[in-house]
Amino acid sequence: MNLFSWFGRGSAPIARERLQILLAHERNERDHPDLLGVLREEILALISRHVSFDPDKVQIKMDRGKSVSTLAVDIEIPNAYGAPGEVSQPRRARAKRMGSAATPTMDQRVA
Amino acid sequence: MKDKKSGRVLVVTSGKGGVGKTTSTAALGAALAHLGEKVVVIDFDVGLRNLDLVMGAERRVVFDLINVIHGVAKLPQALIRDKRLENLHLLPASQTRDKDALTEDGVAKVIAELRSKFDWIICDSPAGIERGATLAMRYADAAIIVANPEVSSVRDSDRIIGLLDSKTQKAERGECVDKQLLITRYHPWRAARGEMLAIDDVLEILSIPLLGIIPESEEVLRASNMGSPVTLNSPVSPPARAYFEAARRLKGETIPMHVPSESRGIFNKLFGRKAA
Repeated sequence: MNLFSWFGRGSAPIARERLQILLAHERNERDHPDLLGVLREEILALISRHVSFDPDKVQIKMDRGKSVSTLAVDIEIPNAYGAPGEVSQPRRARAKRMGSAATPTMDQRVA
Repeated sequence: MKDKKSGRVLVVTSGKGGVGKTTSTAALGAALAHLGEKVVVIDFDVGLRNLDLVMGAERRVVFDLINVIHGVAKLPQALIRDKRLENLHLLPASQTRDKDALTEDGVAKVIAELRSKFDWIICDSPAGIERGATLAMRYADAAIIVANPEVSSVRDSDRIIGLLDSKTQKAERGECVDKQLLITRYHPWRAARGEMLAIDDVLEILSIPLLGIIPESEEVLRASNMGSPVTLNSPVSPPARAYFEAARRLKGETIPMHVPSESRGIFNKLFGRKAA
């Protein structure tokens, strides 16, 4: 077992890195307990200034990854300008990979 | 007792259990008393009191903190004077199972009365983040966060720092509770081999100042077996020296930080035997 340590293979650096990532996340949660709710409200307010849509047809999802998080916004907008007779296909406004902007601390990893 | 003092309230806290809060409360309280300060240590672990046992006063408990809060006893009746140091006192917790026995107002009154009588009021917090822990920190001027160099302890310390910054009276007034880190159960040889988080790792992650580093030692266990704070039971042992240095830092002295170092022989190093 000591052979590992002679080659610099202790587990402490892993502990340190896991803690840094976890605590950055937890501190962010602590400081902004309802980040998703706030984002949702502000994004919807912005989009509704330009187009009208059904608030029930909005999906906002955040995935937390190890180094990057993704924020997916899926809004179904009725196609009011569709050609006559054409089956109205909902247009989808989609924004992805806004993770680094939404959760800045997630990217602050120290090597 | 002369009612002229304006004591400093310390909370010894950690979030995680078993990291050494009670041991550290007893050791630091005794060290400060030995340095001439008038000290009271309070056990906030209602239902699971242990500070009395670690201090060797378990058979002298008549009244406790809850009795004082409920007006059953006066504060001086509940205070137990240490048999070794006359300026060291203990206010024990009760063994009641009623979680709501501690009230915010009651604790405030007791703390205010103790402030006028002692230089240091050291509150031994229960583990966790429930009522007992938040009341122990509620009126603190300063906090000692006890952590082991280990992932779950460091994580819980971070939670506790968050609570100290939001749930204390000082925080609600827009002031800041002084926070210092006391690292306990430190194994120099494990840190040297990269098997245990290094002091610098923990400090960088928690970013609060360091009060002291207490090395893992059989003397700590021996002291609790004997019912005597390690700073009294074996005052020249490495953990006791580290506690004395921490106590002097609390008093405002500047003492260079001494990181416990590898003290094993070459044989043990090669074959990985744990030093006693």
